[in-house]
Amino acid sequence: MALQGTCRQIGEVAIIDFSGKITLGEGSATLRKTIREMADGGQKKIVLNLADVDYIDSSGIGELVSGFTTVRSAGGELKLLHLTKRVHDILQITRLFTVFDVQSDEANAVRSFK
Amino acid sequence: MAANTQRIEVTLETLLESVDLAESITMRIAEAAGFPDEEIHKIGMAVREGVINAYNYGNQQDRQKKILMTVELAPEDMTVRIIDQGQGFELTEIPDPLAEENLLRTSGRGLFLMRAFMDEFKVERGPEGGAQLVMIKKLPHVHSANGKHQPE
Repeated sequence: MALQGTCRQIGEVAIIDFSGKITLGEGSATLRKTIREMADGGQKKIVLNLADVDYIDSSGIGELVSGFTTVRSAGGELKLLHLTKRVHDILQITRLFTVFDVQSDEANAVRSFK
Repeated sequence: MAANTQRIEVTLETLLESVDLAESITMRIAEAAGFPDEEIHKIGMAVREGVINAYNYGNQQDRQKKILMTVELAPEDMTVRIIDQGQGFELTEIPDPLAEENLLRTSGRGLFLMRAFMDEFKVERGPEGGAQLVMIKKLPHVHSANGKHQPE
């Protein structure tokens, strides 16, 4: 299933609900475009809700890392919310849990921004 | 090749679509071989990463070049070979994606995932000088006989 992202705003925090696969090609491109548009629009507090993303490959992981550094370079923060087991496991074995702030509760995720 | 080994050979175009195709073919074979769902997923993902490697780095997205994939199903294991028509490479040349200084790199995790998801993984020189990725997964009954824990 192609990746789809829907954005909603809670205060200053933008939450993007993604569903589908983040894989080489369309999925990675959609993720990149969505995050870049947010960062270009001046959004500093971004949460990617990955509750409906059950598949990510190395290209998708690379795009998550790229999004993280893009937002951080613009002075913002990007966090991850509701990881599925497969995405969780991939981030764990690639040690990216030490990079990303991963949240399991939306209200806490929103509150966690400085 | 032993007499009771089944072999499938597929020549893939150097196209993005070949990544999904190779993954799908291999997952069907793994399913028929009796692997549990999570192992089928891991085998499919390892193959996906192998074909991405051939598509992007080996064949440099050159439509004139091909990717050869073979799957051998032997009594004890399943072996997948992915051969590109690039320049080949040595595993020792690849930076460790788990090293602190590489964690923010946006590429370089595919080979690591192949190794993580399969029982054996190696990179050899293909017949035409490109890379030949070899990945092996023991069949479920072999894991059971060895008393190995089956991941969920």
